Amino acid sequence: MDAIVAEDLRKRYKDVQALDGVSFAVRDGEVFGLLGPNGAGKSTTVRTLTTLTQPDSGRALVAGEDVVRHPNRVRRTIGYVAQDSGVDWEATGRENLLLQGRIHGMAGAPLHRRVDELLELVGLRDAADRIARGYSGGMKRRLDIAIGLVHRPRVLFLDEPTTGLDPEARVAMWVEVERLAEQENLTILLTTHYLEEADRLAERVAIVSRGKVVVEGTPEELKAGLRGELVTVELGDVDGRVEHAVELVRSAAGATEVAGDGQFLRARVPNGAHAIPTILGALDSAGFAVSSVTTSRPSLDDVYLHYTGRDFASEDEEGKQ
Amino acid sequence: MKEVLRHTGWMVVRQARNLMREPIWIAMMVIQPMLWLVLYGQLFSKVTPLRAGAGSYVEFLTPGVVCMNAFFGGTWGGMAMITDLDRHVVDRFLAAPASRFAIVLSQVVRAGITAILQALILLLVGLALGVRVHGGALGWLIVFAASALLAMVFAGFSNGIALLLRREASMIATANFVGLPLMFLSSILVSVALMPGWIRAIARFNPVNWGTRAARNAIVVGGSWGPTGLYLVFLAVAVAATSLFATWCFRAYQRSI
Repeated sequence: MDAIVAEDLRKRYKDVQALDGVSFAVRDGEVFGLLGPNGAGKSTTVRTLTTLTQPDSGRALVAGEDVVRHPNRVRRTIGYVAQDSGVDWEATGRENLLLQGRIHGMAGAPLHRRVDELLELVGLRDAADRIARGYSGGMKRRLDIAIGLVHRPRVLFLDEPTTGLDPEARVAMWVEVERLAEQENLTILLTTHYLEEADRLAERVAIVSRGKVVVEGTPEELKAGLRGELVTVELGDVDGRVEHAVELVRSAAGATEVAGDGQFLRARVPNGAHAIPTILGALDSAGFAVSSVTTSRPSLDDVYLHYTGRDFASEDEEGKQ
Repeated sequence: MKEVLRHTGWMVVRQARNLMREPIWIAMMVIQPMLWLVLYGQLFSKVTPLRAGAGSYVEFLTPGVVCMNAFFGGTWGGMAMITDLDRHVVDRFLAAPASRFAIVLSQVVRAGITAILQALILLLVGLALGVRVHGGALGWLIVFAASALLAMVFAGFSNGIALLLRREASMIATANFVGLPLMFLSSILVSVALMPGWIRAIARFNPVNWGTRAARNAIVVGGSWGPTGLYLVFLAVAVAATSLFATWCFRAYQRSI
């Protein structure tokens, strides 16, 4: 059975179409990644699935329950770790967990046992009775995850779990998520705008762009869908003639999906070693100076570029504004 | 319903516990009302007509300061809601099966409890300054009820505004804008008999004045229980009204996310 089903979800905020027909399905027990730049609609999707936001149209089922018709049934089966920490700063870690458990109808010795177990699980046992205000960013994040798990949910939503963490804490969080998926027998829906994070954690990913899912599959499938290698050429001085350079590379041997971005040209070729001399020759004879050339195997970054026609990083910047 | 009460209880415990961890807040809560009582009591002690038959101006003033504290406390009640919104604690409750009504109601109830504690402190200070509660045990209860209800009326209003504005600066401006005029349009500082006619007319519709008159009947007069009861009923109705307003604002917030 599918743990999460989203069908054609739409949501409009004033002049922004946040969701423009989002559809995907998450299988029971898998770690699924929603990948996309800032402003793509990932968080709105999660907020809809966690019953915080009402969709304008479309349908969503979580653990078999409709999020609009039976929101309280959905809330009992899910854990939600929001993008922004929901920790009560003035309470201790333990108090945060106890209150969340009580809201879920837990009480007495079973609740206290569960809280102890979670504090141990996320490595906060020693800090359990300290006020959360004094916790580091990573500790607050781990407490958030424990809060999301108190009532033993079937489905856990992790919205940007590592945003704002330093690289070390990020890797620690990845290990944590992998362990949780295993130990707590969870279905995890994870959103991220880090390609490497999706690549590492998610068994399957859906790439979201401008309120739509553009492609869905395992990272390997998506990468395999892109045959060949990516050649990136850095030009010394384009002088407004980048379009001309794109044309030159396009007509050179077997290059597809050529795109210019400032001083950079990207092209997909069947074989980098064969194509580079041809490309360089064409550019050289047209008077372009080349600063550097690199080739790379496809990454999720390339998958993103391939399916949206847009560069991930620049789209991300755009979304932040 | 049982669930609403249970969740409200847990959330009140949470807020009260958090406040108890702020020593400065506790000190201010205790010291400030005393300052009002001592300063105003001294400042106006020679102006005999002000006290309207009370044994001393301090005696006249005590119910006024009790109510002033209660309603000022209430008008600031929304600040806690803004903090919870900013820290995403509200969203965390919303994604869990928390009673929606309890999220709002707990803030209102907490304001009421704080007001009762402050009223108790003020009455004890008043006793030390020679104030007598002429209404006896019933008088004490009425003072507590009046201060709690008054705080809750304004806490409901304040939480509603907090949910609509969601910004601290706007919230502070609104609390100030509402607070001071309502104090001067009530009998907190001077008896109704000394008010200009138009202020007296407005004061009749001012919840602050209802609370003050009820508390003053309990402390200074020790009687007039009929009108006093009516004032408390008015206040209870006002609590219901502003709590509903806050709940409506909460729905508006939910729709906006």
